[in-house]
Amino acid sequence: MKKIYTLFPTLLLAYWLIPSYSGAQNANQGSQLSGSFQADAQYYVKDPKMNITDSSLDGHLTRMNGFTEINYSFKNFTAGMRFEAYLPPLVGYDAKYEGYGVPYWFVNYKNDKLDITAGNFYEQFGNGMTLRTWQEWTLGFDNSLRGLRVKFSPVDGLTFKGVWGVQRNYWEVYSNNNRGIVKGGDIDIYLNDLFSSLKDARTKLSFGGSFVSDYQKGKTTDLLIDTMIYTLKLPENVSTYGGRVNLNIGGFNLNSEYAHKINDPTSLNKYIYKDGNGVYTTISYSQKGLGVYVSSKIIDNMGYKSNRLVTNNQLDINYLPSITKQHTYALAAMYPYATQPNGEWGMSGTVTYTIPKHSKLGGKSGLTLALNYSQVNSLSRDSLDGINMNQSGTLGYKTNFFTPGKDVYYQDFNFEVDKKFSKRWKGIFTYLNQTYNKDIVEGHLNEYGLIYSNIGIADITYNMTDKFSLRGEVQGLWTKQDKGNWAAGLLEFTIAPKWFFSVQDQWNYGNDDPDLQIHYFLVSAGYTYNTSRVFLSYGRQREGILCVGGVCRYVPAASGFTLTVTSSF
Amino acid sequence: MKKLILFFSLALISTFTFSQEMVISKSRPLPTVDIKDVKGNPFSTSKIENDGKPIVISFWASWCKPCIKELTTIADIYGDWQEETGVKLYAIAIDDARSSSQVGPLANGKGWDYVVLLDQNGDFKRAMSVGPIPHTFVLNGKREIVWQHTSFSEGSEKDLINIIRKVKNGEEIK
Repeated sequence: MKKIYTLFPTLLLAYWLIPSYSGAQNANQGSQLSGSFQADAQYYVKDPKMNITDSSLDGHLTRMNGFTEINYSFKNFTAGMRFEAYLPPLVGYDAKYEGYGVPYWFVNYKNDKLDITAGNFYEQFGNGMTLRTWQEWTLGFDNSLRGLRVKFSPVDGLTFKGVWGVQRNYWEVYSNNNRGIVKGGDIDIYLNDLFSSLKDARTKLSFGGSFVSDYQKGKTTDLLIDTMIYTLKLPENVSTYGGRVNLNIGGFNLNSEYAHKINDPTSLNKYIYKDGNGVYTTISYSQKGLGVYVSSKIIDNMGYKSNRLVTNNQLDINYLPSITKQHTYALAAMYPYATQPNGEWGMSGTVTYTIPKHSKLGGKSGLTLALNYSQVNSLSRDSLDGINMNQSGTLGYKTNFFTPGKDVYYQDFNFEVDKKFSKRWKGIFTYLNQTYNKDIVEGHLNEYGLIYSNIGIADITYNMTDKFSLRGEVQGLWTKQDKGNWAAGLLEFTIAPKWFFSVQDQWNYGNDDPDLQIHYFLVSAGYTYNTSRVFLSYGRQREGILCVGGVCRYVPAASGFTLTVTSSF
Repeated sequence: MKKLILFFSLALISTFTFSQEMVISKSRPLPTVDIKDVKGNPFSTSKIENDGKPIVISFWASWCKPCIKELTTIADIYGDWQEETGVKLYAIAIDDARSSSQVGPLANGKGWDYVVLLDQNGDFKRAMSVGPIPHTFVLNGKREIVWQHTSFSEGSEKDLINIIRKVKNGEEIK
């Protein structure tokens, strides 16, 4: 506590002083400053029913995650840094984050043709299947590269990128071989910009390619296989390469990327020597009032990390998001899917259609319908002759790449109607039917099987006046498996544009064990002043997977006060 | 507990004092960052402009319900706003590779008339110091940021149009 007590005000003071000082110089020197701040603090109340006890809290009833980020630019130069403090980290964040420091800083020079960064940077090649470094605060995720990056655009329509660095791993300082060194190159070619004769063509075509290499020292590792210790020879340089194309004709768009990874035995793939492959394709068509979108994604042994011993969400070099729809209503997000990097076969399709205004069905202000279907299966695999499926130290298995496997990992059919009834009333109504393979997604061993659920949600807003509005949500989830049925309700009162107050409850009324038919009651309030926001809540937080920005993180049950302060300028 | 209260009070005071202070550095030019349009073509934010008329930049995502509510609410009255003030709205989707290809069809399917752009890896978002979304900026005719706000609540579109009117009339924004 004492640490927060002294450090936190210092952090705020710095945030407060620096801009007001340099802001004054703004006008005459053309320098710019921007920054952001966030602090999430929790006070935990012991709750034996939810297993929140002294031992699970490790004696820390108050916990805090906070950061301040400042960017300063002057002419062609930009410099920035982020200070982070986890004292100690909130429950659900890795305990290795405990501490404070500056894990992110950079200096950048940019002109029309050249863009050079030294320090930390976030970069993405294509769709990210070969390389993506990014950060998401709410997930506790940051895999930024620290090193050098150069972008070079000699002419319009042609861009080269090169990166060289090591990734962030909590607070661990890089030293000889505690993680890999990542090097990569990427090229983007936009034909319509490159050739002036194609500039105004209706058809737009672009290509790209990338190459990434990760160097980890260590030529061998000893592995126990069937009571025998084997010494495996390891590749020190693991490379991944990919090619992509984007074609656009009027409202029609095709985007496809293929990536290949050479043999990379790791603890994530149980030390098999098979090459990895991935294909991600999206096709869409849209015109005003209608959007159609289909995508497919096949992943085979594509986990790619700069430390072959790591199996959690750390040190990812590439990005393999799920293509299923991301739901944000509490019960719709009860069973969210997470990509299986070792292998999956997925497809997804969405249609969005707006029935025009002043038509019979559309009424005065139209009506929007959205239909989405996603399915993810296992990959179709055969074992190699005389070798167990996925046997460590071998090529693992054979893949029938374009055929879906028999096991359903996830299926989701959902339908949404968005309607404004009058100036005062509007509503969103959603129905979902989901199938969730709990064993696969959460890594259990044949304990739960498939969970089939039906979910219904009504979200209604009533604008009492121009300033006051009331919003209510009613949700139900029905399933015969897992924890049984759930009901949820929410009431939110808003005074535009500054205040909101809400009460909500999630109730597991269908749990077989009457003792576990818990209410997750939560009251909250928030105040916003321009870009500063304070949010306070008290109550229970349900355990489950929290998915934001494509990565899912397990959030254990929590109970108590939560305060979040965010600000930016 | 006492210390905790003290620490939170301090945090609050500092944050809000600080917001008031920021008035000095409010008018700042837009950073130049390379992002993409919904068709996958490169788009430099230096091309965000509106012939000396007000500009709104709104950061959103296909999975963000309040963002979609805000943009849907504005879409309904956008024609009137444009007629009155000549404003142009740029909707910057921060969807990553998971859903960025859906952004175009979604915006078109909803019938929005905004310029929709993709900031797949958050480069523009970071340069603008955007945290939670929706985050909306108002720029004057010189492409300088003069006002910004996070979150959407029913009715706050009225505050937004008032700001836009002031910008159009060259009034100072407090």
